Amino acid sequence: MNRLRLTKTIVFLAALVPLGRLVWKALHDGLGANPIEVITHSTGDWTLILVLTTLSITPLRRITRQYWLIGVRRMIGLFVFFYGTLHCLTYIWLDKFFDIHEMLKDVAKRRFITVGFSAFVLLIPLALTSTKGWIRRLGGKNWQRLHRLIYFTGILGVVHYTWLVKADLRKPIEYGIVLAILLLYRVGVWASEKASEKRKQPAMPAPARSRAEVTKA
Amino acid sequence: MLIGKPPAIPSSEITPKATYLNRRNFLAGAAIAGAAAVTGVAFHDLADLVAPALTAHANAKIDGLQKSGFSTTEKETPYKDVTNYNNFYEFSTDKYEPAGLAKNFKTRPWTVTIDGLVKKKQVLDVDAIIKMAAPEERIYRHRCVEGWSIVVPWVGFSLSELIKRADPLPKAKFVEFTTLYDPKQMPGQRTSVLKWPYVEGLRMDEAMHPLALLCFGLYGEVLPNQDGAPLRIVLPWKYGFKSAKSIVRIRFTGDQPMNTWQQSAPGEYGFYSNVNPNVDHPRWSQAKERRLGEFLKRPTLMFNGYDQVASLYSGMDLKKNF
Repeated sequence: MNRLRLTKTIVFLAALVPLGRLVWKALHDGLGANPIEVITHSTGDWTLILVLTTLSITPLRRITRQYWLIGVRRMIGLFVFFYGTLHCLTYIWLDKFFDIHEMLKDVAKRRFITVGFSAFVLLIPLALTSTKGWIRRLGGKNWQRLHRLIYFTGILGVVHYTWLVKADLRKPIEYGIVLAILLLYRVGVWASEKASEKRKQPAMPAPARSRAEVTKA
Repeated sequence: MLIGKPPAIPSSEITPKATYLNRRNFLAGAAIAGAAAVTGVAFHDLADLVAPALTAHANAKIDGLQKSGFSTTEKETPYKDVTNYNNFYEFSTDKYEPAGLAKNFKTRPWTVTIDGLVKKKQVLDVDAIIKMAAPEERIYRHRCVEGWSIVVPWVGFSLSELIKRADPLPKAKFVEFTTLYDPKQMPGQRTSVLKWPYVEGLRMDEAMHPLALLCFGLYGEVLPNQDGAPLRIVLPWKYGFKSAKSIVRIRFTGDQPMNTWQQSAPGEYGFYSNVNPNVDHPRWSQAKERRLGEFLKRPTLMFNGYDQVASLYSGMDLKKNF
């Protein structure tokens, strides 16, 4: 498990680089003319990048047969929550200055805020149930089912981005394409499992099912 | 061209780096390189952490500036921000990029075509236009539709000076401004983010209003390329995108011109685009703005505080004519 620990350390440090960079720039007058805009965009970008990163772990470990990679996924997921929280905080604090009335109006009226906020809210149960205790309490299968909410966070996140830009859709489209590939991969796996289940069902009914469940992640 | 002595050891005898690093170190290096690739975006602008942004005043001074009664006494936005934070989609949709991408933009020779409903169609050299009237410094508030604002000491004179000399026909009800189309020089025009060339327009009485500025400088010097050189308009009571940059054509028309942003998203950007805190952009509020350099947002003022233009719109429903 040495390899996993090394990888986890590297991923942990790497995931802190975007924040470190912002702090460094803030301390060195490097955030440009509109620092709050830079902080908002950067934390938002990294939330989405990390959502895509967690979603790529499953395909990556299967394709490369590096099954131990699952060991870093939860940490990356927590970094999604970390950057999502920072992104949300820049909005609540630096953009709206805790003006609850303004924020409620925004959430109700501005669809890009509505979907962005929903994407963030969906992350909360995932972060709360990220501990070993909760995995045990929920049971692996339920836990997994709950954590598929990340798919919706990804979709809502891309929609949020698409709806907020003025005219240049290139970046949200790039994110959207990567997300679509990662989700279609899952649809493909699900469909092929369904098909092989059907084929196998008459011959060997019970054991085939449970095996399929074990490899599903 | 080789300068200095050749290396003592022929390059063929130098051991490749990967071989002399032992395998373990090499793998660790690879892992770090991999991590660096993952956070590639983070390292991509490492250079701008080290190299401070361009702050020097680089352009020629403009002499004999007259003060203007239209100027605000509010604190001016620093030169470095006015010249490094630019919405100039002809170069890039990233506001920090036009400063670099416009560095070699050619602003001379430059002509402006005056046509449409005028007595005499003509092509004027930009230097002839600039000499038409005495240059003034006008310190204006400038409010972007995105919700940020700046205060800029522009240099120019009233647009009406040019229009009077262009001698439009009585039939002319509108003025249309066209920005240069040159994808070789303007990389943003190689994308289809907007329909090029950029077009803006004003009603004739708006264009004749003394506040409407024909601008060719800022901070007492020749207009930097990224700010719309060599010739632009500045309309302080309207959202920034109305103030067309790098103008090559001024056309007088009977019909209301179709401006680029309205064409791009008619539900979001209208022809008038007057600063109005009571009419939200469909996707965000326009009630407040962030003045660059300030932490708290400030309330946005009707017509950006330029109440003297209100009479231009008396009787008009500004919610409909946004």
